[in-house]
Amino acid sequence: MKENSWSSRQTSTWRNKVGLAEMLKGGVIMDVTNADQAKIAEDAGAAAVMALERVPADIRAQGGVARMSDPSKIIEIQKCVSIPVMAKCRIGHFVEAQILEALKVDFIDESEVLTPADDRFHVEKHGFSVPFVCGCRNLGEALRRIGEGAAMIRTKGEAGTGNIIEAVRHMRSVMDGIRRLTVLPPEELMSEAKELGAPYDLIVEIAQTGKLPVPNFSAGGVATPADAALMMQLGAESVFVGSGIFKSDNPQKRAKAIVEAVTYFKDAAKLAEISKDLGTPMTGISMEELEEKDLLATRGW
Amino acid sequence: MPMIGVLALQGDYEKHALMLELLGAGTLQVREPADLARVDALVIPGGESTTIGKLMAAYELLEPMRNRIAGGMPVFGTCAGLILLAAQTKENHQHRLGVLDISVQRNAYGRQVDSFEADIHIPAIGEKPFRAVFIRAPMVTEMRDSVITLAEFENKPVLMQKENILAGSFHPELTEDTRVHAYFLKMVAERGR
Repeated sequence: MKENSWSSRQTSTWRNKVGLAEMLKGGVIMDVTNADQAKIAEDAGAAAVMALERVPADIRAQGGVARMSDPSKIIEIQKCVSIPVMAKCRIGHFVEAQILEALKVDFIDESEVLTPADDRFHVEKHGFSVPFVCGCRNLGEALRRIGEGAAMIRTKGEAGTGNIIEAVRHMRSVMDGIRRLTVLPPEELMSEAKELGAPYDLIVEIAQTGKLPVPNFSAGGVATPADAALMMQLGAESVFVGSGIFKSDNPQKRAKAIVEAVTYFKDAAKLAEISKDLGTPMTGISMEELEEKDLLATRGW
Repeated sequence: MPMIGVLALQGDYEKHALMLELLGAGTLQVREPADLARVDALVIPGGESTTIGKLMAAYELLEPMRNRIAGGMPVFGTCAGLILLAAQTKENHQHRLGVLDISVQRNAYGRQVDSFEADIHIPAIGEKPFRAVFIRAPMVTEMRDSVITLAEFENKPVLMQKENILAGSFHPELTEDTRVHAYFLKMVAERGR
């Protein structure tokens, strides 16, 4: 009998989970609500799509409880594109996560854009075979989510506003937090872990490597190619775009432009070319117009 | 010292660059034809092949890349890179180089929940098994005789070579094992001689 020259498959390893996040680097993940939008996103060069029922701008406008999408919507989108399909579950709603896993979505976003299901705890993510992405506003929040098993982190920004200021604030906060750790003497790291509310071993690791142990993407408020390139120059490794594409004048053109801007994020001459004649972006909301209760980014613990 | 280009349109290009630098090679991120002219070899990374292919077409990289490869420049594609090198894919409308005589089916090993790792045997790099990481991997369904199989998994080729072209359906750049990249650098050195 011929002996096999290979071993059996081992699935759902940490390396597999983080590996898919690595493959999405330098790309754009676009929110889509149906098969037509998913096709537009794929044709524009999206690296993945996020299947959801309403884009954040509509969730904000319509109010009420925002939940996981109808499975038939997700299946419809999975059928029409070949790129990875992600979907959102509510913070702490591990049954929505179980359902998304049964649907074989490629990534689960435990997202503050939906109404939280648990006001104290997030989903324990290590136990799932599907990788998770979670939002954060600062380094402590990022490391708590990684500690729970998130294989990708995205800064939250303020979804559905078309306003980049919160995304910038959160990315700067995470990057400053990382830079700070790299210059602290070792004896200060335990107290730093306590103050950040973050696992000590992750703090020690980042103090040595100067980077998060999983890819760090940006989300919440990207409306233009320049916004996307700004987030990349600030240290994002990829960009999520929610309402910014399908709430604009010309989604096809804008989607393609944002994809190109993420690749050529350091090339201002190309960015100028890419930014031409895209039509009107989404209107957007200034932060002063929002009350504390309207903020999505403060959801998550 | 040869300069190895890493196609940096989308995907895990930084992981490839880190591994090549660990082996002492110089690297350059390639985003436009002028970059391509400055490198002695090219790595096409993992990522989304549709995204990378569209950007290659939009930024006029397809023809210069085909010309360099036809002229003997060593090229190494992993996962999406393999798809972009392949002559045939099930979705034939996809932009790609089409320089390697293989047929590929995208995502044939399944969705992300079916992504896996396994030990494979690659005689060309030594006895020790290689831990291969497959992520929504493409399957090579057919191969012309002129293409040599360097490794297989479940009776399908997963690492193959035709002259100056090396292609794999898994991700050596996601491991600590540098032997496949070292093999590629050896191809580059032999070509320079």
